[in-house]
Amino acid sequence: MFNEVFTEGDSLLHKFDPRFKIVIAAVFTLVLALSSRWCALFAGLLFSLSILVMGKLPVKGICIRLVMVNGLILFLWLLLPFSVRGEAIFSLGPLTATREGVRYATLLTVRSNIIILALIGLLSTTTVFNLGRAMVDLKVPRKMVQLFFFTYRYLHVIQLEYERLTNALKIRGFQPKTSMHTYKTYAYLVGMLLVKSYDRSERVRKAMICRGFKGRFYNLTEFHLGYRDLLLVSLMLLGVAAIGLLQWTRIIY
Amino acid sequence: MDENHLLINLKDIHFSYPGGREVLKGLSFSLGQGEKVGLMGPNGSGKTTLFHLIMGLLKPQHGKIEIFGQPVEEEKDFVEVRRKVGLLFQDPDDQLFSPTVLEDVAFGPLNQGKSVEEAKEIARETLKALGLSGFEQRVTYRLSGGEKRLVSLATVLAMQPKVLLLDEPTTGLDQETTERIIEILKGLKLAYVFISHNMDFMLQATDKIYGLLEGRLALEEEMVPHTHVHVHGYGRLSHTHTTSDDFRPGIERDK
Repeated sequence: MFNEVFTEGDSLLHKFDPRFKIVIAAVFTLVLALSSRWCALFAGLLFSLSILVMGKLPVKGICIRLVMVNGLILFLWLLLPFSVRGEAIFSLGPLTATREGVRYATLLTVRSNIIILALIGLLSTTTVFNLGRAMVDLKVPRKMVQLFFFTYRYLHVIQLEYERLTNALKIRGFQPKTSMHTYKTYAYLVGMLLVKSYDRSERVRKAMICRGFKGRFYNLTEFHLGYRDLLLVSLMLLGVAAIGLLQWTRIIY
Repeated sequence: MDENHLLINLKDIHFSYPGGREVLKGLSFSLGQGEKVGLMGPNGSGKTTLFHLIMGLLKPQHGKIEIFGQPVEEEKDFVEVRRKVGLLFQDPDDQLFSPTVLEDVAFGPLNQGKSVEEAKEIARETLKALGLSGFEQRVTYRLSGGEKRLVSLATVLAMQPKVLLLDEPTTGLDQETTERIIEILKGLKLAYVFISHNMDFMLQATDKIYGLLEGRLALEEEMVPHTHVHVHGYGRLSHTHTTSDDFRPGIERDK
């Protein structure tokens, strides 16, 4: 989970300036989220796929990530078809599914998958740290960037602590069941993690104070824009503009 | 030693955690130029607390703290203390928060007002001195336990402190890394205090050892070097005792 496998690569996409990546990701997500015409969505899919091809990302890895995201989308399918008014298709007891509901759920599914594909291509090919630095350069409030970065840094440590705790449960023969004992044990586990994380943050803060921390972080390296970055960002912006045209004008009926 | 030349001078320190028992009960402690002192004591006896009091991370309920001959009480006094006294934390994961090693080591010097170039230079020099050249771009949380400890030490040394406080610097480390840390410490021209439960290590790297018992310090004066029955790592593979080979009943010699 924390290995950042996609960051290891040497493609044009990997070398692309992270600041541009964030900008493109933001613009693309916005345009796609507002798109409802199939031709615009199709163009968006082409856009996402060409980014993935450019990054030479492994198909299997992408599929695994898509499956995880679609697990969440599954919940939409449990609700949407039954909650949008329109022409009835079938009934499940008191619930009636509508054509409009299904259409809407399909649209959301396709849309989110296209966006996720583009984000995998753009953002997961950069290390979290470089993303943080790019955010600083893009004038994202420093406190937010620090929160983002510390969350990432210590998720790893918290995950290790979680594993230690679950191992401690296992070696004493704990098996989760539907019982008060199980619920109580899990509550203790979560509580313990919270307390431990709080203690950890306190120690990290103290260590930083000992090294003279005054609320400021420094960047040691700066990004350098090359002509390749400018070319690539122009191309991508053109792509996003094309999607917008397809959505908001009647070039294609 | 003349009181004015003491690096650290604590007098009659009382400290208890909120709602807890009194950990330190009238503790006094002083550290002179170039002194290398070990600190022992049972778990929970207040060793780490003592370090945190010196750094101003905790405030005593009673007592006087003088660092470099100056009384320190307020937070702003301690800001100055932290420029000159380096504390190595027990858990390197508390100390290393930057993404790359170079960044973490440069963090202290940057806070001291050094320019980015100067800080990088200091960081590189420090890493080199500890035999960590080539680690600059490594990701801190993916280092091994021993590497993390050495890099933590580098982050503290990069601030060019006059005194080092080391909180169990060798706990959980293998023999090789422990020896490496001993060598580094012995080579430093700094005064230091360190906490450890490892007696062998203490004897090698310190001039005197204090015990922290019942909230006060006692000098362990009766230190008599003597040998113990002991076991080496990796069993017979590395056994080459030249003088006492005949004197090991029950163990066959490998030839």
